Amino acid sequence: MKYLLVLAAGVLFGVTLFVAAMIYNPFMAERRLSPISVTDAEVMSLTYMNVPSESIIFTNDGESRQQPHPAKVLQLWEAPIRLTSMMTSVMRDARGRTAGIGVKFSSRSERTRLLNGEALVDSTWYIHLPGRGSLFIEQSENYWPFFREVAFPAWRSSANSWKGTWLGDMSAGPGALGTARVTGGSGTLRGLDTHGVESLSARAYSADKGLVAAEGRLLIELPSIVADDTSQ
Amino acid sequence: MKTFIIGILLGIAAAAGALYAYPAVDQHREASIVSVAPNGGNIESFHVNIPMDRVMVGAPGRKQSVPPGMQWPTDEELSGIRMELFKVRNTRDIVVGVASRTSASDADVIDWVLHLPARGSLYATMQSQASEGGMRRGGITAGSREFAPLKGFMTERWVADTSGEEGAPSGRIELSANYIGEYIPEDEDGLE
Repeated sequence: MKYLLVLAAGVLFGVTLFVAAMIYNPFMAERRLSPISVTDAEVMSLTYMNVPSESIIFTNDGESRQQPHPAKVLQLWEAPIRLTSMMTSVMRDARGRTAGIGVKFSSRSERTRLLNGEALVDSTWYIHLPGRGSLFIEQSENYWPFFREVAFPAWRSSANSWKGTWLGDMSAGPGALGTARVTGGSGTLRGLDTHGVESLSARAYSADKGLVAAEGRLLIELPSIVADDTSQ
Repeated sequence: MKTFIIGILLGIAAAAGALYAYPAVDQHREASIVSVAPNGGNIESFHVNIPMDRVMVGAPGRKQSVPPGMQWPTDEELSGIRMELFKVRNTRDIVVGVASRTSASDADVIDWVLHLPARGSLYATMQSQASEGGMRRGGITAGSREFAPLKGFMTERWVADTSGEEGAPSGRIELSANYIGEYIPEDEDGLE
């Protein structure tokens, strides 16, 4: 009996050691330099508020940390869409002016491999920019660095919250350099086939309510022809 | 001490094994209902029951917002945009995904994005003018994951409900996606 108790304590300690090693391993899912930030091409920047209460609408299964907004929005409770969220937001340009409107669909990805430091979300953006056209952006996002550096410290803190400055690229594919695939659908953006990167800038997080103060940013590389058209 | 160390090793191995063997995410899948088109390609039909599947109607100047309490932006730049969000059902009337429908006066198009969590997303751009019979048709512009290699077209049609049943929807938006895959010639070296 004594040996069994010691063995159980050892197993428990081993599991704890493993989890701690995953969370504190500096070589796991390190934040990389965005390939878009070193490109010579012209880049389109779009920002949006990444907090449900500051979006136009945000909905999910209604049981997740992030609460739907507004409160009476239809919730995604059916089994095939239970792990999905939907957000509509005003998109702003680099100067903070209204540039268009976007909707983001996000679903937890079955390709998630926590052992490799990959907590993946498959997301799709549809953005309409009046006077320019529309964009379709598909990407996988890796939330592991965010979980490790923001959500876990918030959960561990006695106040159940985190405050600070965290900036990270969320895009993790399907592009070879971890970029999102961007396709133009209409207007001057029609026929566009390029890539982009989505980043998240978080300032406050609550373990109970999720993101409290955060901004998202999409950087989209523009080929010269499109860049000339959109600058007119 | 030896038992404790064996326990630690067992614990590490069990945690690593569990993370490796059990999927962290398991999306619920409904079987796809796809039929073969007579002139090539595959057809998959979806529909949206109105008003029960409507998640959002965003347009300037609406007296009643859907959902209640939503504040649609009043920016002049967005005055020509109408965006709707829906739940999408398959032909068995089971919700399989979500979708957005956007019409914009400046581009004179109607854009649909269908997001089916277990499969991927589909983006189609349609002309805003409907043909006779109220049908709109447009090309599949892009797709992700399962839909990435597919081209083809999508049609949209409004069908009013005439059943008169209590609690029946006022109608439905029928979407028909016609997929045409990319032809990949067989590798001659691989043939024996």
